[in-house]
Amino acid sequence: MSGALYNVFQILVFPGLIFLMFFGLAAEYIDRKLHARLQNRIGPPWFQPLADFIKLAAKEEILPAQAGAAVFRFMPILAFTATVTAALYIPMWSTQALLSFQGDLIVVLYLLTVPTLTFFLAGWYSGSTYSMLGAARTVMQLFAYEVPLFLAILASALLADTWSLSGVAAYYSNHPSHALFNVIGFVVALVALLGKLEKVPFDIPEAETEIVAGSFTEYSGRLLAMFRAAVDIEMVVGATLLAALFIPFGMKGHWAADFAIYVVKVIAIVAVLSVLRTVFARLRIDQMINFCWKYVAPLAFFQVLLNLVVKGLLPR
Amino acid sequence: MHDGKSPDEVTISVGPQHPALKEPESFSLTLAGEKIMASSVRLGYNHRGIEKAAEDKTYVQALYLIERICGICSHAHATCFIQAVEEIAALDVPKRALYIRTLVAELERIHSHLLWLGVAGHEIGFDTLLMYTWRDREIVMDVLASLTGNRVNYGINTLGGVRRDVSQEQKEEILKAVDVLEERTRYYIEVASQEVTLIERLSGVGVMSHEDALRLGAVGPTARASSVDRDVRRDDPYAAYGELTFKVVTSDKNDVYGRTLVRVGELMESYGMIRQLVKNMPDGPVTVKAPRKIPAGEAFSRYEAPRGENVHYVKANGTEKPERVKVRAPTLANVQAVSHMLKDRYLADLPIVIAAIDPCFSCTDRMIGVSDMEGGPKRVMTWQELRSYSIEWHRARGIDFSALNGRFGVREKR
Repeated sequence: MSGALYNVFQILVFPGLIFLMFFGLAAEYIDRKLHARLQNRIGPPWFQPLADFIKLAAKEEILPAQAGAAVFRFMPILAFTATVTAALYIPMWSTQALLSFQGDLIVVLYLLTVPTLTFFLAGWYSGSTYSMLGAARTVMQLFAYEVPLFLAILASALLADTWSLSGVAAYYSNHPSHALFNVIGFVVALVALLGKLEKVPFDIPEAETEIVAGSFTEYSGRLLAMFRAAVDIEMVVGATLLAALFIPFGMKGHWAADFAIYVVKVIAIVAVLSVLRTVFARLRIDQMINFCWKYVAPLAFFQVLLNLVVKGLLPR
Repeated sequence: MHDGKSPDEVTISVGPQHPALKEPESFSLTLAGEKIMASSVRLGYNHRGIEKAAEDKTYVQALYLIERICGICSHAHATCFIQAVEEIAALDVPKRALYIRTLVAELERIHSHLLWLGVAGHEIGFDTLLMYTWRDREIVMDVLASLTGNRVNYGINTLGGVRRDVSQEQKEEILKAVDVLEERTRYYIEVASQEVTLIERLSGVGVMSHEDALRLGAVGPTARASSVDRDVRRDDPYAAYGELTFKVVTSDKNDVYGRTLVRVGELMESYGMIRQLVKNMPDGPVTVKAPRKIPAGEAFSRYEAPRGENVHYVKANGTEKPERVKVRAPTLANVQAVSHMLKDRYLADLPIVIAAIDPCFSCTDRMIGVSDMEGGPKRVMTWQELRSYSIEWHRARGIDFSALNGRFGVREKR
C-alpha cells in the first residue's frame, strides 16, 4: 500500500506533475530573462511566469461560436498530460527513469509528438482562418523537424544497442567518451527541438505579425494557461531528453549532486535555445522545410551511418 | 470564410486591427495555401480632416495642426507647409534658420529610419533588431528633445524662421551623438550583410522593377531601391540642402533587402550632412518678422521626407487664414505599389512588404468611404446625413439629445 502511495507521490508531485510544472515555469523565466538581457531589456521578475499562469487561469474562458467545443476544450488537457507522461520515462538525474521498458524510447517520441498534434487539432477546430493557417503550418513544420529529431535520437540509441531510454543513459554513463560520437546528433536534436517548441527562427506556426497567434488565436483563460504550461513542460522534457541522450554525465554519484547537475544541464540547453532565438529572424515555412531537409536531415542520416560504423569498430 | 471562387482559396483580412499593423488599415487577401493570389487595400480608418480644419486657423495655428499630420515625420509636414506659406509671403528666411530646419530634418530622418529598421526586424520575427535599434534611437530622440523641447512634434518652425537657436553646447552634443550613432549604424550594416536569416527573409521579397517603380509613381527609399535616382534634396534643393554635399543612395536590388540597404545608407549620409550643418552654420538671426495676413497667391512645396517626396499646396486669399491646404503624404504615392509587390508572394511576406514602404496611413487618409458590412458600392454621406444618422442611431438606443436643443448653444439646424 505504501509502495503504491509512493508511486502516486512520484507521479503527481516529485519528479512528476508538480515538480515539472514549477521547473517548466522556472525554465520559462530563465528563457525570458536571458532573451530580454540579450536584447538589452530588463526582463520579467522571477515570479512572472507563475503570475501569468494564475492570471490566465483566473480569466474568463471564451469559446468561439464556430469552434468544435469538445475538441477545443480537450486539446489543452491532452497536450499537458502527454508531456507530463513522457517525462516519466526519461531518466533525469539517475540512469533509471521512473518507469522504463524496452521500447520506451519510441513511446516517449510519440508522446512528445502528441502536443504538436494537439496544436494542429486545436487550431483546426477553432474555426478561425488565422488558427487554421497556424494549424496547417504546425503540421507542415512537424514533417520537417520530426524526421531529423527521430534519426538523431535513434542514432544515439543505436550505439547504446537498446530501445530503452534508461538503458541508453546507463550505457553512456558507463562509456562517457562514446557520447562524443553523437555531437552532430546533438546539434541536429537542438535544431529540431527549436522547431518542436516553435521558437524563433521556427516560430512560423504562431508568427504574430502574420497570423496573430496561429493555433492559439482563439484560446483564452484556463485553456490557454493549460497550453502554455504544456509548452513550458515540453521545453523541460525536451531538454531532459537531450540531456539524457547526449550529455550523460553526473548520473551515478550522490543523488543531490546528480540532481544539481541535471538542473544545470537542462538550464544550459534552455539557455542555448534562448540564444538561438535571439540571434535569428523568423524563417518562412518554405525556407524552414528546405533548411530541414537540405541540411538537418542529411546530417542526421550521417549521424546514423557514423554510429553504425563506430558500432562495428568498437570492441564489444 | 470561403469566397466561393475556388474551394482551395480562402480570404483573410489583415486589419483594421492586426498585430502586424501599427495603424488601422485593412488588407483583404485571397490565399491559396500560403500563397497570396489577390489583395486589396482599404484605407480611410484614420481620416482626421486636417486639411479642412487648417482653413479655420491662422497660418501659425495651422502650422501646429499640420505638424500633427504625422507623429514620425512631423517636421517634414511642418516645413513643407511653412515653405509654401513663406514663398507666397515672399519672406526672406535667415540662413541660420534654414540650417536649423535642415538639421532637425536630418535628425528626424535618422530617428525615422532607425524606427523603420526596428519595425522591419519585428515584422520578420527578429525582435532583437527591434530592441537594439529602438534603444539607439533614444540617442537621437534625446538630441531632438534638447534642441526643440519635444521628442516628437518638435514645433521648431515658425513663420519666417525657427523658434529656437542652437547653442555651442548643443552643437557638441549633436556631434557626440552622431559619432555614437554612426558606429551603431556600421554595426547594423554588418548585421544586414551577414545575418543569414535576415538576408533570406528580405532578398527577392516585394520585388518592384525599375519600370514598375516609375509606372506606379513610387517615391523615396521605395523608389530609390529600384534604382530610381530621385531625391528632392538634390533635384530641387530647399532649406540648406543646396549647400551640402551628399550622395543620393540607390540600389538596384529592387526588393525589400534593397530598401533596407538604401535606408541604412541614407543614415550614413545623414550623419555626414549633420556634421557639415553644425560646422558651417552661419551666425545671424533665426527668424524674420512675418505679416499676419498673407497676400493672395498660391504655392507648391516639395520636401524629401524620410518616406519619400512630400507635397503641400497652399492657397492664400489675403486674409490671415489659408483658403486651401492640400497635402500629399509620400505613403499615398507608395501604397499603390503594395498590391503589385504582394502578387504571388507568401503570406509570411505580407508584413514586411507592407512595412518596406514605411507606411504612414494616418498621414495618407484624405477621406472616409462608407461601405456596408454586407458589401455593395461605397457611398458618400454629406454632413447633414451623417448628423441625422448619428441622432437616429442614438435615439434607437434610447438616448435623445433633442431635449438639449437650444441649451449650451447647441441648436439643430433644419
